[in-house]
Amino acid sequence: MGTENYGATQATGLWGWINARFPLDKMLKEHVTEYYAPKNFNFWYLFGVLSLVVLVIQLVTGIFLTMNYKPSAAEAFASVEYIMRDVEWGWLIRYLHSTGASAFFIVVYLHMFRALMYGSYRSPRELLWIFGMLIYLCLMAEAFMGYLLPWGNMSYWGAQVIVSLFGTIPVIGDSLAEWIKGDYFISDITLNRFFALHVIAIPLILVFLVVAHILALHEVGSSNPDGVEIKKTKGPDGHPVDGIRFHPYMTVKDTFGLGMFLIVFCGIVFFAPTFGGLFLEGPNFDQANAMQTPPHIAPVWYFTPFYAMLRAVPSFLGTQVWGVIVMFGAIALLVFLPWLDRSPVNSIRYKGMISKVALALFAVSFVVLAYCGMTPPSPTLLVLSRTFTAVYFAFFLLMPWYSRIDKTKPVPERVTYHAH
Amino acid sequence: MSDEVDQGRRRLLTAATALTGAVGAVFVATPFLASWKPSARAKAMGAPIEIDISKLEPGSMLKVEWRGKPVWVVRRTPEMLKQLEKATPFLLDPASEGSVQPAYAKNDARALKPEYLVVLGVCTHLGCAPMPKFEVADVTVSADWPGGFYCPCHGSKFDLSGRVFKGVPAPSNLAVPPYTFVSDGRILVGADSTQSA
Repeated sequence: MGTENYGATQATGLWGWINARFPLDKMLKEHVTEYYAPKNFNFWYLFGVLSLVVLVIQLVTGIFLTMNYKPSAAEAFASVEYIMRDVEWGWLIRYLHSTGASAFFIVVYLHMFRALMYGSYRSPRELLWIFGMLIYLCLMAEAFMGYLLPWGNMSYWGAQVIVSLFGTIPVIGDSLAEWIKGDYFISDITLNRFFALHVIAIPLILVFLVVAHILALHEVGSSNPDGVEIKKTKGPDGHPVDGIRFHPYMTVKDTFGLGMFLIVFCGIVFFAPTFGGLFLEGPNFDQANAMQTPPHIAPVWYFTPFYAMLRAVPSFLGTQVWGVIVMFGAIALLVFLPWLDRSPVNSIRYKGMISKVALALFAVSFVVLAYCGMTPPSPTLLVLSRTFTAVYFAFFLLMPWYSRIDKTKPVPERVTYHAH
Repeated sequence: MSDEVDQGRRRLLTAATALTGAVGAVFVATPFLASWKPSARAKAMGAPIEIDISKLEPGSMLKVEWRGKPVWVVRRTPEMLKQLEKATPFLLDPASEGSVQPAYAKNDARALKPEYLVVLGVCTHLGCAPMPKFEVADVTVSADWPGGFYCPCHGSKFDLSGRVFKGVPAPSNLAVPPYTFVSDGRILVGADSTQSA
């Protein structure tokens, strides 16, 4: 089957029988064997595939965890200990799942940073970007609810802090928080419903969004480090001259990248599953206790940049809803990126010094805020958090101006590629 | 009869059908959304509780759980009550204008009887549990500390009446639940004399 007879399908045998009844061959060609990806992909383009792999790890390990986990306040903590000690290989399944949660955010953050660098969110990929942001939102909800399930003391107090964020909304806040909890406090009822959302509702939405994300990608085509549209230059066969088929070329590259990723991932699972308290926090090895706050409440590392912003904003006018607005605003701003970036070029390779410095400052502010959010409050940290919250917001809010006045370099007609 | 399609009529019928369907969807959604509200059992378990305070020593504190929240009863000594005045200049809302409490607790002592403070031990910032720091000038808080409560999560401070200090993340004083003295040594938390349980 050559590229010239796209759509031609073998009509005999089992393969023919299936394809007369289901577009299997057509779908495989469209999304795998004849999906043309830019040949100048670099290693940053691994993280999309890796997030897909981590999603599968989470789904499979999650299903096996539910076979032994008990979603009730009386039994949850003990059932997790049971999985860890008495279930054959239970410890491995649970550590794969808990490490998978952090790994998911690592690969997704790198995937998002790739998009920021190379302008992957720019037209015509705005909807692709929005699907991605919805996936990120679902991922945060999924991680937050999953963290309550072990019913450790940090699970409990983390949920307490996050649910009370909704309580800060004027007028309806208190009844909204009560509605979310289904009780006057985080209780067995709350745990039970978070379990339902974590194992059924949100994963279903997540999988649907991932399919939409990939369909949108294959419709508009992948971006690349040069931010040049490969579809503009097509060969006589009608395929982009700078594109290569996803399978076998990209699948081979991705399999190698996956191998590298799994070495690190398994290293953490086997040798450092708590990752020094970053992936599994110390206080969570004590059972939830409504009467005893851990000395210092911090969310898991992937939420800490936003948590630092929450803590950085003081309350005024008798409410502390402002911190909540800033925190959610920081996430919401990402959605508008395709319309904030007014640069004539897509990729950081051809953007000027201002954009490069801005992106570097943004990355620094994310890391510094992550550090501030996991450290107990102090006056120095407060100044640091406030400064870098301002930097974070400036990156987005000033972008319509600095991206326009920034001096850009000429963009080549075709992608730059040097054969190795 | 003409073969012309009456587009206006078709649009009206489509809109009317869609609207009826939307109303139906709201009706169907209601039971599902309402099922998230506290159940009858959750409400019953949140009923008022009686606390025996007859054995509480002056200067000490009692913690009782009500609706999953710690209720603190502090029997304040005359010295502790005097500290309230010293703390006043540093407070955000000394008159308890913006905080949750029954009318009978809207005073400096924030109590029915000044000797007994009854508050919810839940930080008004994000629901952590503040710690009692009754010692005056406790260096773990600050050298000029007049005594009160300190929240270890985000550093909020409250005086011995649960009133919040200026310049901390918590926006208001600790909440006072409705309560009443059933007898000299017993209080009922969750209901007061103005309302029945």
